[in-house]
Amino acid sequence: MSEPAAISSDSKPHLPRGMHLKHDATRGEWLLMAPERVLKLNAVAVEILKRCDGKATLGEIVDQLAAAFAADRERIETDVRALLAELAAKRMVDL
Amino acid sequence: MNAPQKVSEAIAAPVGILAELTHRCPLACPYCSNPVELDAREGELDTETWKRVFSEAAAVGVLHAHLSGGEPASRRDLVEIVKHCHDVGLYTNLITSGVGISEARMRELADAGLDHVQLSIQDAEAESADRIGGYKGGFARKMDVAKWVNEVGIPLTINAVIHRANIARAGRMVEFAVELGARRVEIAHTQYYAWAYLNRKALMPSREQVEKAVAEVEAMRKTYAGKIVIDHVAPDYYARYPKACMGGWAKRTLNVTPHGKALPCHAAETIPGLEFWNVRDHSISDIWFNAPAFNAFRGDDWMVEPCRSCPRKHQDYGGCRCQAMALTGDPRNADPICHLSPHHDKVAAIAATFEEVDANVPAADYVYRTLKTQAPVA
Repeated sequence: MSEPAAISSDSKPHLPRGMHLKHDATRGEWLLMAPERVLKLNAVAVEILKRCDGKATLGEIVDQLAAAFAADRERIETDVRALLAELAAKRMVDL
Repeated sequence: MNAPQKVSEAIAAPVGILAELTHRCPLACPYCSNPVELDAREGELDTETWKRVFSEAAAVGVLHAHLSGGEPASRRDLVEIVKHCHDVGLYTNLITSGVGISEARMRELADAGLDHVQLSIQDAEAESADRIGGYKGGFARKMDVAKWVNEVGIPLTINAVIHRANIARAGRMVEFAVELGARRVEIAHTQYYAWAYLNRKALMPSREQVEKAVAEVEAMRKTYAGKIVIDHVAPDYYARYPKACMGGWAKRTLNVTPHGKALPCHAAETIPGLEFWNVRDHSISDIWFNAPAFNAFRGDDWMVEPCRSCPRKHQDYGGCRCQAMALTGDPRNADPICHLSPHHDKVAAIAATFEEVDANVPAADYVYRTLKTQAPVA
């Protein structure tokens, strides 16, 4: 993947209209529904995207995840930034 | 009326349904992917039947509903259908020319839960666009519709089909899509089926024009990274291997025609001998798992050499069945795009017709798409 763009810790990521998280009962998995695309999400991505509500800042999302999963904050921040940069490049998340 | 459900574990649930709500359309694009023999208004499925179809589609696992045509806005019940799709949990995509959508109707569609709009443009210039679409004033209407889509906050994709009359502006169309506020743009070189096949002489650009246009659009990926996503469908005549057409026959999506016939792809009726079922007589689940046409090219038992023993057979599924039919006369053959096909020379012959095109000589007139008169034979 390309170098993650420098996303500000104050940015409030959110799914724009036309993008939604969906738990698909037929396949038993979480999906990110997009125009003409469906992305299968792993458990980490689901936890991140559930918190992208346009209110929480990137910093707050990382704090929440670090607390919820008692995990290393720096590692979580790397994951969050990588996912958001990838989805923003596809115009699937607004920052 | 339905046979007992026999759910095969080997067949994955469909992800998309392309609903051709009507073949009526104010535009008359000479490359339309609808069949040359269009479904008349009489005989179109009614609102309640379409609703049942979408309910059944959602229940069997369909995720995306693509509302298409013809022009879907020619249906008076479009808002009601969108609302129903939304209510049963389908991601609802409107594929439209824009003609027939007023500002008020766009707001109604947004309120009904529409998720995405794909708007076609025929060119980046009004005069040429209206000539290609055969509809005066169409271009100006589309500009309004793009504005309204942005105002209601629905993500917009611009779709441009590329051929001789607009290929000089292939790159410009990407810029134009950005100006229209699109998040995605599809630059699709004409595929020569149906109406496009009839109009091949008038539509086909020269190889030089194709190469220039493809390079231009590819270069724009970098320029517009993070701004617009470019989906680029380049002509496949020069490829070594075929594309995995439809992601595999009856593996991901199904089409339903205005009169209710369920097809594995929109050109499937060009293959003789296939038995298609109608949504009036069978549920979507029954059709997906049991309709003979859907099972005709599933798995790999139907394959012949060179596909049968090919290590790529589960990657590209032998390419496009309809192209194999059209160019070799047998839909089980390898798509002759493949350099391993014994019929590959047929593709070379088509590629050679590109070489013969002289971009300086005016193209022939179009046979415009129409419901009313019988199209002349090519």
